Amino acid sequence: MFEGLQHVWETFFNLDLIGQTLPTLLRVGLPNTLLLAVLASVIGVVVGVVIAAGLMSSKVAVRLPCRTYVDVLRGLPHILTVYLVGQGLPLAGITLFGESTYGYAALAIGLLEGAYMAEIFRAGFQSVEKGQTEAARSLGLSHLETLRFVVFPTGARRVLPPLTGQFILVIKGTALVYLLGLTAGQREMFAIAQDTAIVNASLSPLVAAGLLFLAITVPLTYAVNAWERRLRDGRKDAPADSAADMDRALAHQGTG
Amino acid sequence: MTTQTTSQAPTTRGTPVTFDHVNKRFGRTQVLHDICLEVPGGQTTCVVGPSGSGKSTLLRCTNRLEEPDEGRVLLGDTDVTDRSADIDAVRARIGMVFQTFNLFPYRTALDNITLALRRVRKLPAEEAAERARTHLASVGLAGLEHRRPGQLSGGQQQRVAIARALAMEPEVMLFDEATSALDPELVKGVLSIMRDLAGQGMTMIVVTHEMRFAQEAAGQVVFLDHGRLIEKAGPDKFFGAPESPRLQAFLSAVT
Repeated sequence: MFEGLQHVWETFFNLDLIGQTLPTLLRVGLPNTLLLAVLASVIGVVVGVVIAAGLMSSKVAVRLPCRTYVDVLRGLPHILTVYLVGQGLPLAGITLFGESTYGYAALAIGLLEGAYMAEIFRAGFQSVEKGQTEAARSLGLSHLETLRFVVFPTGARRVLPPLTGQFILVIKGTALVYLLGLTAGQREMFAIAQDTAIVNASLSPLVAAGLLFLAITVPLTYAVNAWERRLRDGRKDAPADSAADMDRALAHQGTG
Repeated sequence: MTTQTTSQAPTTRGTPVTFDHVNKRFGRTQVLHDICLEVPGGQTTCVVGPSGSGKSTLLRCTNRLEEPDEGRVLLGDTDVTDRSADIDAVRARIGMVFQTFNLFPYRTALDNITLALRRVRKLPAEEAAERARTHLASVGLAGLEHRRPGQLSGGQQQRVAIARALAMEPEVMLFDEATSALDPELVKGVLSIMRDLAGQGMTMIVVTHEMRFAQEAAGQVVFLDHGRLIEKAGPDKFFGAPESPRLQAFLSAVT
């Protein structure tokens, strides 16, 4: 019994190994993970906005390909998409990024995330009440002016929290690019941990990487939740003469 | 522009609106049957009828938020239903107030008004803000320029919406059940603004359930039922001596 525990401890929590892995994780892995996540998210947002616009099109010839894109990429296991894009494109002679695995990695995850973000954007923009569009059009604003000055500002605010939530998934998703074989300096956190784990025949480096992932994703998750709550209930960005502030001031007078 | 005239003359002071054999279907449901109606300039025309009678649809055909399937709608001499007409330019001549206010939520009261003044009327920022302030003051909201819609009561929001429409200096104002979503104590303020506006000789088409308002402010009252124009008369005759049995039944149910 005690020996078993000892074994588990040695396998997952070999402190020496964790200590050895952490510097590389922090120096090489963390920046690469974050850079990949940001690059992939930028690609994802661009793809997402374009596909979302297509999903809302009244033309079937536009809507159908976009719908297919979203359904296929959301329906496939991510690992498959990362392989198909990251290894498939160079194999097919589409060498957009030359020899840089990094570019293909970011593209693969970006295309994947684009499918999810497209749905987020579509839902956000379609949540803008029809009455707002009608009010804008009735004032004489054109279709494009209405989108730009009325639909977009409202939709974008509603989309920001779920989009940040998706960014957290992208951070975790970067672990998949280890499949594509990165050079030593390009490795993100999971790749470094995986390599070290194999060399030392211990899972402790992976635990170290896991702790770092948690250190990023858990606080971000709580921040997004708080943000969404604020958007839903309060208007804390209101000027001081707002009704709520007046209520608060009155309550304060009452107690003080 | 005749919006500032104080004359009550029921002649062609403001821009008239003409509905000429207007038909509208939603799928298989015919919501408007061959509507012919003259809305005289400078007068208020109230449209009443049960829910689903097509009164809102008729109103929304005026600025083509709904496209009539057949027939024409004229704003003065302009054929609103002409597909080649610049619909944005036509809409800028018609103010509309909605049941649910439809203010832009992330803009202040002032910015709700200046948006179209700047983009459609091409006014410089200063001038647009000045005009917006004047119109907010005229609906009793001076000092609330920088509130967001969420920080205003329903009645205040609806008054911003009215100011937003009026700031465009429209020739015709459309009210689509403008007080139906308001708490009873807030209805009065909005109605009194509408009454003033009617008194100033604005051409208005008002879809409403407020029979008192129709009685006091309307030049003519129109009764729609199941998409048909059943009866049309001056308010005294409309409420005092209704002809059709359906209007008699409707009036006895709502008053």
